[in-house]
Amino acid sequence: MADEIPQHRLHLSTSPHIRYGDSVPSVMLSVVLALVPALVASIVFFGARSLALVTTCIVSCCATEWTISVFFLKKGNTLGDFSALVTAMLLAFNLPPDLPWWMAAVGSVFAIGVAKMVFGGLGNNFINPALAGRAFLMASYPAAMTAFRAPRGGTLSGLPQSIDGITSATPLKTFADAMASGNFEALEFQLALPDLFLGKVGGCIGETSVLALLLGATILWYRRAIGFRIPVSYIGTVFVLFWLFNGTGSLVTSEALIVPIFHVLSGGLMLGALFMATDMVTSPITPIGKIIFGTGCGVLTFLIRKFGGYPEGVSYSILLMNLVVPLIDRYTRPRIYGKVEKRA
Amino acid sequence: MLFGLFGKLSFKGGVHPPHHKHSTQSVPIQELPPPPALVIPLSQHLGAPAAAVVKKGDQVKIGQVLAEAGGFVSAPVHASVSGKVTGVGASPHPSGKHVTAVEIENDTTDARVDFSGINWREDAPQAIVNRIADAGIVGMGGASFPSHVKLSPPSNKPIDTLILNGAECEPYLTADHRIMLEQTDAIILGMQILKKALNAHRVFIGIEDNKPDAIAKLEEAIRAGSYENTSVARLRAKYPQGGEKQLIQAVTRRQVPSGGLPMDVGCVVHNVGTALAVWDAVINGVPLYQRVVTVTGPTVGKPSNLLVRIGTPVRSVLEHCETDLDRTKKVIMGGPMMGLALPEIDAPVVKSTSGILALDTTTPAVRAHDCISCGNCVKACPIHLMPSVLGKLVDREMYDDADRYNVLDCIECGSCAYVCPSKINLVHFMKLGKYHVTAARKAARKKQ
Repeated sequence: MADEIPQHRLHLSTSPHIRYGDSVPSVMLSVVLALVPALVASIVFFGARSLALVTTCIVSCCATEWTISVFFLKKGNTLGDFSALVTAMLLAFNLPPDLPWWMAAVGSVFAIGVAKMVFGGLGNNFINPALAGRAFLMASYPAAMTAFRAPRGGTLSGLPQSIDGITSATPLKTFADAMASGNFEALEFQLALPDLFLGKVGGCIGETSVLALLLGATILWYRRAIGFRIPVSYIGTVFVLFWLFNGTGSLVTSEALIVPIFHVLSGGLMLGALFMATDMVTSPITPIGKIIFGTGCGVLTFLIRKFGGYPEGVSYSILLMNLVVPLIDRYTRPRIYGKVEKRA
Repeated sequence: MLFGLFGKLSFKGGVHPPHHKHSTQSVPIQELPPPPALVIPLSQHLGAPAAAVVKKGDQVKIGQVLAEAGGFVSAPVHASVSGKVTGVGASPHPSGKHVTAVEIENDTTDARVDFSGINWREDAPQAIVNRIADAGIVGMGGASFPSHVKLSPPSNKPIDTLILNGAECEPYLTADHRIMLEQTDAIILGMQILKKALNAHRVFIGIEDNKPDAIAKLEEAIRAGSYENTSVARLRAKYPQGGEKQLIQAVTRRQVPSGGLPMDVGCVVHNVGTALAVWDAVINGVPLYQRVVTVTGPTVGKPSNLLVRIGTPVRSVLEHCETDLDRTKKVIMGGPMMGLALPEIDAPVVKSTSGILALDTTTPAVRAHDCISCGNCVKACPIHLMPSVLGKLVDREMYDDADRYNVLDCIECGSCAYVCPSKINLVHFMKLGKYHVTAARKAARKKQ
């Protein structure tokens, strides 16, 4: 039979025989690239500690992923899809600058090991691994996770030194305290807006610079790695709700607009809406579903920030919405072509 | 017509693969000299195979019937060269199976039977349909459905619109583009013949806007001949613009009902190549024994548009076009989005072969990564299905759910698999799902 081996062995497969250039690794690498501006900003404002935290998370996330995929899932080395790198950077971005490195490592092991690999690895997890890691650390080490410091050349709250002297908390905490005490002066918080945009305020290392995050997101929009539906509906909902319920008793004064702008620029909203809620695996696949998901995240963030015990609610909002993604997908199935009445 | 004013017509969904048409779109059609031996399969159409009427040792002439239609949904097969029948038996077929074929040794005299056309302007529509059936004409865009069946709608389904498909949305292929440029008048006449056969009120020829020369040439010829209710529909270049359902939607804004046929919305679609074959059969009496094939791809040295005799082995065609077979990893019959990968290149060119493509790349057999739920396939699906969900349901053998998610409506255009970053072979799962759902429905009917 040996002489019957055909001269030209041709590959066989179902159509299509050409594929678009984007692949899972290329999409993940573009997310990594899009996170670089925020990484640079965090190094500028929080120094080498940022780099150390990011490095710790990368090493421990990748080690966890490799160990589990090779020895337990027997999938071989899955580091090549670069999703562990994305999770590591996002988790690090959600940590305060002075968190002990070993806590960052514990969070990484939880994020990859429990939130992702237990369910079968990339594509099979139902909640965002980085946010799960952050939630785990928040529950385990609440004090360390909320110990923030002022950025280089700025104040913790983003307010000028004179006013900040009284507060010395993160912008959102300062805002919530002011609201609670009844001494709320919207015009005062207007002074914090430029530093909030640049990222020269206290907070988790990767969340503060709106400018850098928007720059990164622009890369993803250009590469079509993320869409507009989730970020716009999320941020838009937060803006509209804080505008409607701004607490100043008016909708048209400049104070009434400062409140929603302040909320959109502060905390983890930009990082969450642009990079975490848009995580493909844990967000809906239908176009309408994405809008429902983003709006739901926005509503929850508003409720937690306005009425909850935490000054910040982005990560819990996204995690909660992650849980209802299968339900959203089920009820937003597109109407198929040809589901019409037959012509008589 | 007004439709020209609406600008580019299109549909929702779809993808934009690179066109890859530059290497053949301005190469005029040349005749490929018939090879010394041909293999003419008796199954070149959907439906029953044709029944052979020749046997080993017979002398045949070009146009002679080799096999008669095996039923209403079937088509006869004609000799494409003159010579001696050297055998009737199982031979390679593009499908990968070995099916019955007539093998002919070419005597190179090109002797033809006498052809004579009919007076279609005077004759009844049924005479036109009969002539098309006798000429063995099938859908030449790739579906290979016998054309006379589409021209015989039941009396309760009147047809008001005939659409000629000149979209040629598959990358690489330029055969339809070339015939529209080189056989413009014949195609327009073919349209008029089809229009009469269907008693249709109006006729459109849909062409993607990446073929402006073809659009201009056809519009000019329609003006010059002052044909009634005949117009060019300028389509946006987007895949699968030439899909039957998408074309009907783009041109008429009608949607073919799920599970229904174009005739349910008063439409019939024929490929421009089919119209050309109809013209040849009705005007000149010539049966379908040759067709234009685009031969191209990264390993083809001389990309060409060739007029090829049906039954010519793919190997002869590729060798004529100086293909580097050592570098060729995949040979496709048809376009890269929906074409068939050939297991052996001794399979012959058949009536529906619009192109032969030699590729030096391959695609993953099943998947490269697990689904990351990006939703790109949902956006790309021109039927608005959820391909990633269907892929998972079929993979887990949940066929009832796949049925509920409308797997049977899939047109297998490949847009979902094309955009998938995990490189999941979604069309494979769709085909598998359709097979199982159809079988389950059949079994359920039997039980009742």
